Formats: sequence, C-alpha cells, structure tokens
Amino acid sequence: MISQVFILSSQGDHLIYKDFRGEAGSDVVGVFYEKVTALTGDQPPVVMNHGDLHFVHVRQGGLYWVATTTADSSPFTLIEFLNRLAALVKDYCGSLCEKSVQMNFALIYELLDEVVDYGYIQTTSSDVLKNFIQTEAVCSKPFSLFDLSNVGLFGAETQQSKVAPSSAATRPVQSSREQGGKSEIFVDVIERMSVVIGSNGVVMKADVEGEIRVKCFMPSCSEMRIGLNEEFSIGKSQIRGYGAAVRVDECSFHQAVRLDEFSSSRILRLCPSPGESSNEQTVMQYQLSDELPSAPPFRLYPTIERDSGGRLLMYLKLRCDLLPRSAAINVCVTIPVPRGSVSVSQELSSPDQSAELKLQSRAIEWRIPRFPGGTQLSALFKLEAPALGPAPLMEVGPVVLAFELPHLTVTGLQIRFLRLSPVQPGPSQRWIRYVTHSDSYVIRV
Amino acid sequence: MPYLGSEDTVRELRRHLSNPNVQSDPLRYRSSILKVIRAMSQGVDVAGLFSEMVKACATVDIVQKKLVYVFLCSYATLNPELSLLVINTLRKDCQDPNPMVRSLALRNMVNLRLPSLAEYVEQPLSAGLRDRAACVRRVAVLGWAKLHNLQPASEIDAAVVNELYGLLRDPDPVVMVNCLRALEEILKEEGGMAINKPITHHLLNRLGQLDVWGQCEVLRVLQRYRPQSESELFDILSLLDASLVSPHPPVMAATLSLFLVLCPDLPAVSFAALERVRGPLLAACGSASRETRFTALCHIQLLLRSLPGLMGAHYKRFFCGYAEPAYIKQRKMQVLVELVNDDNVAMLLDELRGYCTDVNADTAQAAISAIGERAATSHTRCTDPVTSHSAATDRCPPLSSAVVQTMRDLVWVCPQCSDTVCSALEGCEETLQDSQGRQALLWLLAVHGERVRSAPYTLEGFIDGVRGEASPGVKMELLTTTMRLFVCRPAETQDMLGRLLHHCIEEETDMCVRDQALLYYRLLRCGMEETRRVLGGRRSEPSLGVLIGRPAEPISQWASSFNTLEPLKQGAGETETTGRASPQHVTFDLDSDLSDTLNSGGFSFSPAGVQAPPLTLSLSPALSPEEFERLWTQRRLDYVCLEERIRCPAVPHCSPQSLQAAMQLVNIQTLAFTAAHASPWRVYLYTHAQQAAQEEVKVTLKQRPRDEKALQGFLSILTAVLHTLPFNTH
Repeated sequence: MISQVFILSSQGDHLIYKDFRGEAGSDVVGVFYEKVTALTGDQPPVVMNHGDLHFVHVRQGGLYWVATTTADSSPFTLIEFLNRLAALVKDYCGSLCEKSVQMNFALIYELLDEVVDYGYIQTTSSDVLKNFIQTEAVCSKPFSLFDLSNVGLFGAETQQSKVAPSSAATRPVQSSREQGGKSEIFVDVIERMSVVIGSNGVVMKADVEGEIRVKCFMPSCSEMRIGLNEEFSIGKSQIRGYGAAVRVDECSFHQAVRLDEFSSSRILRLCPSPGESSNEQTVMQYQLSDELPSAPPFRLYPTIERDSGGRLLMYLKLRCDLLPRSAAINVCVTIPVPRGSVSVSQELSSPDQSAELKLQSRAIEWRIPRFPGGTQLSALFKLEAPALGPAPLMEVGPVVLAFELPHLTVTGLQIRFLRLSPVQPGPSQRWIRYVTHSDSYVIRV
Repeated sequence: MPYLGSEDTVRELRRHLSNPNVQSDPLRYRSSILKVIRAMSQGVDVAGLFSEMVKACATVDIVQKKLVYVFLCSYATLNPELSLLVINTLRKDCQDPNPMVRSLALRNMVNLRLPSLAEYVEQPLSAGLRDRAACVRRVAVLGWAKLHNLQPASEIDAAVVNELYGLLRDPDPVVMVNCLRALEEILKEEGGMAINKPITHHLLNRLGQLDVWGQCEVLRVLQRYRPQSESELFDILSLLDASLVSPHPPVMAATLSLFLVLCPDLPAVSFAALERVRGPLLAACGSASRETRFTALCHIQLLLRSLPGLMGAHYKRFFCGYAEPAYIKQRKMQVLVELVNDDNVAMLLDELRGYCTDVNADTAQAAISAIGERAATSHTRCTDPVTSHSAATDRCPPLSSAVVQTMRDLVWVCPQCSDTVCSALEGCEETLQDSQGRQALLWLLAVHGERVRSAPYTLEGFIDGVRGEASPGVKMELLTTTMRLFVCRPAETQDMLGRLLHHCIEEETDMCVRDQALLYYRLLRCGMEETRRVLGGRRSEPSLGVLIGRPAEPISQWASSFNTLEPLKQGAGETETTGRASPQHVTFDLDSDLSDTLNSGGFSFSPAGVQAPPLTLSLSPALSPEEFERLWTQRRLDYVCLEERIRCPAVPHCSPQSLQAAMQLVNIQTLAFTAAHASPWRVYLYTHAQQAAQEEVKVTLKQRPRDEKALQGFLSILTAVLHTLPFNTH
C-alpha cells in the first residue's frame, strides 16, 4: 500500500508529487531530502523512517523515486514498483533524466493516476496503459533511427554489420501509434560479467548474468518464435550436441513464454496475450557462475616499483584476449594509488588514449576508446608522491576495468532465428543486438 | 519550497485562465492549465485559482479534464463549498458513453476526499459496480473503500459488501484483486474479509491470470487462511510451488512468507521452501537494481539465521563489485563472514583483505572488523592479513585505528594469536589519531607489554604528551598500562610512572583520572605483592567466542519480519555492534577494578564510587538453559521476587556482547538476550545463588533461598557493572 509517490531531482527540486491516501502532508518531501542527504556513507539509505511513515526509494536516472507507506509493506514489491515506474516513464518519455521528467510532468501524473489507485498498484503493463494515456510525450530531441554517427564513412554498410544505434529502442512507446506503418522489433541479448582475477593471474570468480529483452513495435504480432543455439544447455550435467556447448547454470523465463519446443529444439515461443503483454519484456534471464567458456577478456601484467627519487613507477601491460575481429569499446581502467599521491606523468602507447589522476577518488583513470582483440597496450605511470607510507605498494590496486563488448556474448548465446507470425505485412525491421557490459571486472595486483 | 514571487505567479496565471481569448482557444487554455499544475508540483501554493479551475473542468478534452482533476483533488479539502460545483460535472460525466470518461469521473469524485459529498457519490458508485467496462468497475470497487475511510463511523451497507463479495468472481482480474483490497479496508474492524475454503480455492485457481502485483496481494490475504486438513495444505503448497521460484522477487517473497505462515509446525517443509528460494534470491542479489540487491541481501541474512549453510557453496556471489555503494558492500561482508568454512576460508580472507584498502574508509573499516570477527572464531590464520595489513595502513589514521582495535578484540577472545599481534605492535605508535584507537593500543601494551620490546618507548611518548591529551579515557588507560608495565618491567618504567602519577595527581582536573592516580599511588604503598595481585587481571576471555558463532535459530524467530521493511532497517544498529563499538574493550576497566575487588575481598575502589558489596559470587555457576527456564517460571514461596529500578542510560545503547562481557567479569552469567531492538530489551542473567532478568533499567530478581543481604549485594554489583558500561550513542 503506497501512501505517496514523489520524484525529486538530485538537488532536491520537487518534480512530481502525488498523494494517494491523504495520510501525510506534502511537507514530508522536504523531510525526505534532508534525511537522505544527511546520511553518512555506510548507512543504508533504501528505507528510512519519519514517525510511522516509511520512505522507500530507488535512484534511477539521477533522480530519487520515492514511495511512502504507513503500513509495513513488502520491500520487494515497493522497490520493484518504483523500478517499474521508472521504466514506464522511460518508455513513455523516451529517456530518463531530470529534463524529460520536467517536460513530461503532465504525462507522468496521468501515468501515476492509472498505475496506482488509492495506494494499490493497478497495472504497470505499458500495453494496457497505452489505451488510457492521452497526453503526448514531449521529446527533447527528435527521434531519428539512422543516427548519422553510426553509418559508416562511405555508407557502404552490408546488412550484417548494420546495427541499430543503442538509442533506437529508447523512444516513446506512443510514437509507434502515429508511425503506424513502420513496424520494428528489437531483440537484445545483454550480459553483465563480474570477474575477479587474483594477483597470480588465476580467475577467482567469474559470473555472468544475462537477459534476452524483446521490445516490439509491431501492431499485429500474435506470436514470435526465438531460436537459441541448439547446443544451449542448462546446468552442469546436460551437454548437448558435439560442438562447443553454450552452457548456463540457471535460467528463468517470462510467464508469457511457452516452452513446449524448448527442450527439443531450443525455441522460445512468445505469445503475447492481448491485454497482458507489455511493450518491453525480459523474455529470459540466465546466470553462469564460476566458469567462463573462454578466457577472460582482459589480462593485466603490472610492474610496480619505487625509484630512487621516491616516485612510484607503474608499468602496466594490458592484453585483450578477445578474438581479433571483435573489440572492446569505452574501456576505462581505474588504478587506485596510495594516499599522498600528488601528480602523475604518463606515457601511453597511442594518442587516442588518455589518463588522469583523480585525487578525490585516489585513482588513475586510464581511458581507451577502442581496444581490438588480440592486441596489447602498455602504459607507464610515474607517480609523484612526496609523503608515502612505509608500504605504499599495498595500496595500489585492485585495478578495475569498465568496458563494453559490442556484438558479443561471453556465454556464446546466439539467436538463431526470429520468426513472427502471422507473417507481417509490409516492411519490417528486425534488430538483434548483442552486448556484454562489465559489471565489476577486478584484477588484483 | 515556496518560490520567490509566488503571488505574482498566481496572479499571472489567474489573468491567463480568465482571459476569454485564452478560454476560446483550447490549446492555449490547456497550456495555461499545464502551467498551474507545474507550479503546483514545484511547491507553489496555487489554491487561490480554485474557482478558475472549476470552470475549466467542464470540457470535452480528456487531457484537460485529467489535469484539472489533479489540481482539484489536491485542493478540494481547502474549498469544500466550491467543490460542490464540480460534483455536478462529475456526475454528468459518469453517464458518458466513453468508459474512460466514466472511470475518470468516478475515481476523482471520491478522490476529492470530502465527506460532505458522500451522498452524491454513493449512487454513481453503485452504478459503477455494475458497469459494462472493467475499468469502471475497478475504480468503483476501490471507490467504496475510499468512501468508507472518509466516514469511518458510518454504517457499512451490507448490500454493498455482498456485492463486493460477488465481484470476486468478476472476469477481470484487476477487479477481483481490487475487491480483495476494498473488502479488507471496509471490514478492517472485523479483522478483514472472510477467507473460507471456497474463496481460497477460487483465489488460488485464478492466481495464474493475475499480474505480479495481484499475485502478491492474493498471497498476502491468503496468509490468514488455515487449511482444514493436511492434504488440503499440501495441495495448496504444491500449487504454489511454481510461484516460489518465480523470477519476480515480490512474488517469490510473498510466496515464501505464505509458506512460512501456513506450516509453522512442519519445519521440514519450511526448510525445503528456503532451499527452493535460494536460486531466485541469489538472482535478486545480482539484479541490475541496487535497491533490489540490497533488499535481497537483507533477506538472505534472515534466512541464514536459521540455515547457516544455505549459501555456503555460493559464497562467491557475495563478493563485492567495485562500483557498488558502501551499504551493499557492508551487507555483503556481513554475509561473507557468516559463510566461512574450512574449505573457503583462504579464498574469503583474500577477498576481504582486498576490501581493506577500499577508498571508502567506512568500507575498509568494516572489512577489517569482519576479518577480526572471523579470526575470533578460532581460524588462527586470520591474524596474518590483519597484521600484514597494519604495516600497510600505518599512514592512514582511520584504518590504522581500526586495525589496532580489531587486534585488541582478537587478543581478548583468542589468546593463541597474541604472538603475531605482539610482533605487529612494534612500531605502530605515532599515527593513531582517535582516542578509541589509542585506548586500544594502550590496552594491548598493558596486557602484552612484557613481550613487546618497544613498549616502554611507546609509553614514554604517550606520557610526554599527556598534557595535550583531551580524552580522560585515554588518560585512565595510560595510568593502568603504565602500572601494569611497571609490575613486569620496573626498571624501565619507574621513572615515567613517577612522572605520570605526579602529573595526574597534581595537575589533572578530571576527577576520575585523578582518583585513579591516587588509588594507584596508595596501592603502590601497599607493596608490590598487593599491586601485582590487584592488577593481574584476566588477559583473554576465550568463552566469548560462543556468542559470535551463534547457533541456528528456529524459523519462527524471524518469519514474521520476512518480506517487511524490518530487515532493511536494522542495518545501522547492527554494524554499530559488530563494528567500532569494541565490546571487549570496555571490560578492561572492570577487569582491573571490579573483579579484582571482588577477588581481593575488602579492598575496594571504583571510578564511579560504588560501594563494593560484601558478597562473593562463585566463579562459574553451571546452569543449563532448561534448568534456568524451569527455575524462572516456577513460582514458589521461597523465592524473593524483587523489582528494582536502576538509573542507567547506557544500557539501551550497549551491545549484548559488551553487557555479557561486563557481567562475566563479576561472575554473573548471561543466559539469553532478546533480539537487539526488541523493546523492552530483556537479558536473562544468572549467577550462583541468584537469577535476575533485566528490563532496560528495571531489574527483576528472583532469589532462592531468601537472603536480603546477598540480594542487596548482588544489586549493587549489577548497578556498578551497568554504570561502567560505555555510553555510546551513534
């Protein structure tokens, strides 16, 4: 049971405030902001109290999404609801930021009115809501599918390498109404990997969490069939086929997924029943722990020593073990440095890389825009630190990498085919995209 | 947040709204209304525009209608008379052919929250229950609940209640769930709606048609149902099995909650259910939303209280990610500490050690304490990371202090690691910034001074700086340490002890410090033997380890707080006790004071000036929990039952561990605690002849046989102990 819902910007500006049950005044918004900004670092902020009113909040898009409740409700429900609300707002407004919420406040009030009644969640399916929501979204910039930056230099793109820009799916759901003829479907396979590599190079932990997300802008699609790799297996015992098996440990499906063809030929049948299906669905979630099918994508060979002048010399060799045709992009290597470091001088192996010492977070950030597989980069950092402790080497590391691997899944999961029935009239665009993000990629030194 | 010039804003908006030109142009009119709503949500008081907005309500434009309703619902209670004007428009809208308009009007009619309008609302609500469109029925059903809460004193119309019960069979799932919600609210006084067998089975059968939120609601309501037979119970359980492993955390949590409520007498079933939810819970721990992760972690901690081995094989899932916020890291560390076993201890310690250099000082400190806590449960190898780390973090004040405090706690509970700690103590002196850390270091020097070569030099540094020392605690600790060191290394310390005593007696302004110095001075005059006997207190307390490795609790202990906000809230308090509160440390003053006082009979001193009682408690009275319970509940005539109030502000703030440690020193055994935040907080104590239960500051004593004098003695010991507890507020 939700008493109020409000959205605050990170500076505490009131963006949206809606009271459902009249149990508390609007002054609690200020109280919330005071409380949440007064918290010290180690106090969990998710649930806070003010008298017998509980604040539950999530942070998304740099905003505070807050629900208050007087009864002792389920935290899972409240948090899931707030996340879902944020996702809905993103669906309807196209993007999630302070500006879009500010511009679309009327739409969000309308949404809230339909989503929650008297503190009870009614529905959060954007398909159902589409019938009730009348306000048009205000977009900050007009949507264009063919973002010019993504088209190759000479326009000579083959069908295989053509990729929808990552912003393609982030547009208001309602715009599909006017676009009418244009029908599109996006199938995204997204994996997040978290890896810990010990100082001796042994992989101590490797987890992958993945999901298949379908976003469908097709007015008349009643069933879709998604074929996965035939040698896809779940659990340790089950091995299928002779090729390299694609294995995951645990796997769960959306309730609209029919699995009758799954065990025989690895086909997910998705039957969006009218009125229930939402526009964007996470069709399947899976996890793989402890065992990557291939070598971890990055290895680091550090040499760290102190020179006679009291400086700290860090010579880092970073190798990318992906296949040569793939590449990692937006790689950011964070190297924590000892307390008392003042400045750094650097020698990087190519001009497009950059590195800087962030004194606030006590770390060097080394950015590599593009890192092709099978190559190796090196960097030499000379750290000026006049007041080093007796054992500064212990304070170096662990090194953390953040990166994105486009067109690639570490588990090897692939979509074999995507069939829609009934056969769609007119031209339709089908986008199948793979991406792997680093959730937490830690290399100890 | 009132904006500057909000009156001007309101005036400007009113001018716009009443301008006939604007009114005739729908788009401009709508945009003026938008401005009003925007001002409203920014916190400007726009109540003055009420009459203009009432006029704007009569329109065919649905978007404009919705906007005006948002405004009206916010300000109607301030303008009950003007709101009467709206009701006619709303009632007209209830007849509209468009179901969306009907549901909108019906919803906002009740949302005005005006009891005076109730008579106008009832008829449209009744009609709404029988509307063709599901969206109108949904609104109408909840409308009755709203109406009832507006006038809680009014009679409940039995016909309406019956109709609502009937609508449980509505084909639309949301209408059905809304009926549940409305009935629960309307019949709150009677304990909610009736959950009988047909209703239960009907709800269970329709569970599959509901969305996540509906399922949660139904599962929550079903908690009140009691199956009539075991076979029915198992039918229900097997029906719910699929939702137990639902990928949606809310459904999973609600189902487990229901499981735990349905079969409190079948522990095997409950344990099997806990095993089943392991997968979904772990998945929630790796969810993309950090708030969901945090919630799942908190609930896993609950589960681990009953099934410590549940997550053992999956400990790697609790390794901290680099970018995770500090509050999640700390929870993960708390879980990791619980999961240590002989196989993974090396791996886990290595991981924890990695967190010790975290940029966030709180996280690093928590990691060090976690290692220390682990070490305390007799995995001796844990000391290596702590000690090797202490060398590394010498330069960073908060860390070093945390390391020293952890080492002190470690030595107190497991004496076997004192060698390692001693060797690490050499050269760990000058950088301690906070008094807690300095006290810890002094304590370590006092207890193991004879084995640390550099101890006198370290101490000398402290004594030279005593004038600049602000904390009386550190000064008292310094006195005791110097005394103790003097006992074992007289030649090196005699001179500095003299200087210190001189300073403390002649120049010190703090009474406690001065008294203690005087006391030591007199003690020294009694001779070396006497001094040694008084100061030679205990150096470690291995039995404390028992409290840390706590036994598995029955599920019923936490079942009621599962899937509530409770587990997410207790964070701050818990980290306080496991973190810096340094439970064992506080016992030191007692160590040298009270227990020795008791041992040495008549010789008495204590900083608080409490009279030592002429009562000696036997060293280790043995009493099994069952025996205690029997004695406690027994009401026999030869008991003295006494309730005493002791004024002691520290008790509610101190941790169970510190209380236990303090009690143990005076030979009062602690048998059981209630959960840390229960109110009143009870501690069951017993000692050789007496038993006591303590309720915040109210002490209930039961004694057998009657002995007034012993009782008074016991009480004064208890008072003394309670007064020496640290007063640590967060």
